[in-house]
Amino acid sequence: MNPGLDLSKLTPIELRLQVEELLYAYADVLDNGLLDDWPPFFTSDCLYQIIARENYDRGFPLATMLCESQAMLRDRVTAYRQANVYSPRYFRHLISTVRIVGIESGIVSARSNFAVLQTLVDDKTRVFLAGRYEDCIVIDEGRLRFRQKLCIYDTLHVPNSIVHPV
Amino acid sequence: MISTAPDYRWPEAGSSRIPYWIYSDPAIYAREQERLFSGSSWNYIGFESEIPAPGDFKRTFVGERSVVAARDRDGHIHVFLNTCAHRGVQFCRHSHGNAKSFVCPYHQWVYDLKGNLVGVPFRKGVQGQGGMPEDFDLASHGLVKLKAETVNGAIFATFDQRMVPFRDYLGDSMYHYFTRVFDGRGIRVLGYARQIIPCNWKLMFENIKDPYHASLLHVFLVTFGLFRADQKSDVKLDPTGRHAVLVSRKGEQKATEGTAEMRSFKADYKLEDPRLLDPVKEFPDDATVVMQTLFPNVIVQQQSNTLATRQIIPRGPDRFELVWTYFAYTTDDEAMVRRRLRQANLMGPAGLVSVDDGEVLEFTQDGVKANPTMNGILEMGGRDRADTAHMVTEAAIRGFYDYYREVMGL
Repeated sequence: MNPGLDLSKLTPIELRLQVEELLYAYADVLDNGLLDDWPPFFTSDCLYQIIARENYDRGFPLATMLCESQAMLRDRVTAYRQANVYSPRYFRHLISTVRIVGIESGIVSARSNFAVLQTLVDDKTRVFLAGRYEDCIVIDEGRLRFRQKLCIYDTLHVPNSIVHPV
Repeated sequence: MISTAPDYRWPEAGSSRIPYWIYSDPAIYAREQERLFSGSSWNYIGFESEIPAPGDFKRTFVGERSVVAARDRDGHIHVFLNTCAHRGVQFCRHSHGNAKSFVCPYHQWVYDLKGNLVGVPFRKGVQGQGGMPEDFDLASHGLVKLKAETVNGAIFATFDQRMVPFRDYLGDSMYHYFTRVFDGRGIRVLGYARQIIPCNWKLMFENIKDPYHASLLHVFLVTFGLFRADQKSDVKLDPTGRHAVLVSRKGEQKATEGTAEMRSFKADYKLEDPRLLDPVKEFPDDATVVMQTLFPNVIVQQQSNTLATRQIIPRGPDRFELVWTYFAYTTDDEAMVRRRLRQANLMGPAGLVSVDDGEVLEFTQDGVKANPTMNGILEMGGRDRADTAHMVTEAAIRGFYDYYREVMGL
């Protein structure tokens, strides 16, 4: 908690470091399987989508994964733990080219590239998904949180299933 | 001593056994391409509303063969092979678009929106030299054309020019279920999802003909009563066995005599945000889920309020592409569209239900490809393919293999 955090008082460099730290902490949580720590990266009324670039570019609303609240993110975590059947695997997020593309009314718009590597049993490490994050970040309860996170993937054909958040 | 070479003889027990070589053998796979996908079958292509205007086109596949569906200036839909008549170039590389004509990039042969050859550069030679022979006839060198039929907004095509009408191909019962969803209302595409599932294409078809697994594998279906063996259900086949439909009615999240053997049933499992599962009744009958498999390449899905086609595109014996096209009706209000988009979380590459299938099908391929001379057992619900008013049966898979064996000569 940092109740003194005020976006309007940060220099561009400081803001960028704050956003990068948020993204890298996010990746750290996902890659280390700390899924209980994943929903708190979002505001309670967040929008999270994993959406095919093909749909995004053509204006089709369908997301491959759609969560319209922090509660829906927790439902995904519960399903991952208790409902779905899948092979064991490791994930590795590589996030780069982080750019602040706008700041308005306390909402920071940031864009970054991601590649997710997946390592399955009996196989080598492969690129699973590649794409970009379109994020809207706000200060909520004294910390930076995603109000909106779009994971727009270029990868036309998902290699089997997306069993885990991106 | 284990033999690894298949002898291509089906087990004597018939369709209550499946020899595992059919899932990985290259010769069988090649025969399927020829006899099933390029044979006497209606293949799903897409929706009329995907190509609404003259010149609109969509690139897709029938089996492994790429085809283009295009709308001509008179509004008619044509489906032709995406392979230039000259040297075999797959000339169309865009998934969709609008074109006045199709030009092969290699030697710029030009085809119209019906697939007719209308131009060959240097046909008369250059400066009096070369050129095509005098008797070269454009009309006899068009693209390979498929016979196409549209049914309440859905497009199907076949390489067999003498194919029976789509309605006869489905039979009365299957046509009834097909037109239950495709009832003439306008189709609005909500988006696509594409995945590569590393298993033989037939395993996907079998999965949607197999209600037995649904009550055991899927926590979401069982726990929330979306599709469960103790509910009033039907399994129906067409007379040939190639098509089938699984029908069921939603149950409650409470333990019954039937749930005792379902390890996936979780009485205390709850969604924190229940908007994900907020279905409303929208069809005249009491069915809440109808999953239809139409031979050879499409599944029509109605689970609660999520509607989709799942097109199967084989990519070799060990993998296939599954293309999900989610849709709504043009008459839906925004609340209904939101509901369909939320419930789409159940299905697709990240589906709370279908992730289980993609994964288990991969496990199946890993098992069967290493053991081609072993056989699978299909005796749940007996050894025949009669329709049943319950889902504790593998009859629809047996029906599929009755037809498959006939066409494949196995």
